[in-house]
Amino acid sequence: MTLRLDVLLAIIGMALATYLCRAGGYALFRALRPPRFVEVTLQHLPGPIFVAYVAPALAAQGAKGFAAAAVVVAAQAATRNLAAAIAAGVGAMWLLGLAA
Amino acid sequence: MSGSTEPRVTFTRHGIWRGVRQAMPLVIGTFPFGLVVGILSDAKGLSLLETLVMSGLVFAGSSQLLALELWSDPAPILAATLAALVVNMRLAPMGAALAPWLDRLRGWRLWGTLATLVDHSYALSAADQRRGGRDAGFLLGVGLALWLFWMVAVAIGHVFGATVRLPPGHPLYFAAVATFCAILVPVWQGLRRDLLPWALAAAMALAAWRAGLGAPWPLLAGALSGAALGAWLELRRR
Repeated sequence: MTLRLDVLLAIIGMALATYLCRAGGYALFRALRPPRFVEVTLQHLPGPIFVAYVAPALAAQGAKGFAAAAVVVAAQAATRNLAAAIAAGVGAMWLLGLAA
Repeated sequence: MSGSTEPRVTFTRHGIWRGVRQAMPLVIGTFPFGLVVGILSDAKGLSLLETLVMSGLVFAGSSQLLALELWSDPAPILAATLAALVVNMRLAPMGAALAPWLDRLRGWRLWGTLATLVDHSYALSAADQRRGGRDAGFLLGVGLALWLFWMVAVAIGHVFGATVRLPPGHPLYFAAVATFCAILVPVWQGLRRDLLPWALAAAMALAAWRAGLGAPWPLLAGALSGAALGAWLELRRR
């Protein structure tokens, strides 16, 4: 159970940088009333942010990744249950891995 | 909902608990990731205490993973701080996008809730907000539940470092990506609004990724270009 000073300092640096990201975007937004375009852009952010996250991750898996993603989307649309959709995706990935 | 046209934003215990409950399925997606961070932390020579202090204070998996990849002895203070800054930059616009809730909070409720902000709590809250949700406690509830299970997963990963090692490419790792694919379903609001912005987001992210750019650039390029196109199309239609 050691806690070394250099490790602690690195952790504190990471924690401060991360909190700056978490709170800074909001604080900046509140301080400088943003123009209308910026406000509407933020309303459109959720979809593109997660699309941009999954696209390279799926491409790295190849066709298998996109097939499993389609299973996840279909399961989520059919069941509206996140746990079921995630389980379906992992199951599909496992089956596709066996087939390959 | 007391008859006024614009129901007030609240922050209740009930909202926090609703967030905790709705976060449960997400734990499946984050748990393997936490195990990996714990295992890597053990491999890099961090003690269990150091690992838990990092996970508790930073609570952002991909930045912890990246920092641990470049860990050395003595600890790389500047490099780890910069890694956290660059990888977590994506969280800045999320806090801004949740302003309709956050603007009504003060003190620890505001700055404490922001400390728990992660991709998943943002996604669930944005969806809840769109469905008319007015209880900002929801955001904190999702964040707290994920934080608790994150600590448990990282601790288990560290303790069983050698024994629970999943081979790279194990299907369980797909749970993290699957979580975000599933989250996209309730976010979708129709072809006219979302098709072109989402397509541009995917294209820009893939182009940046193919060009060899590391995190967070593919994500930021895709997210910002897609959202800007969405806003431009919407404002032009009015």
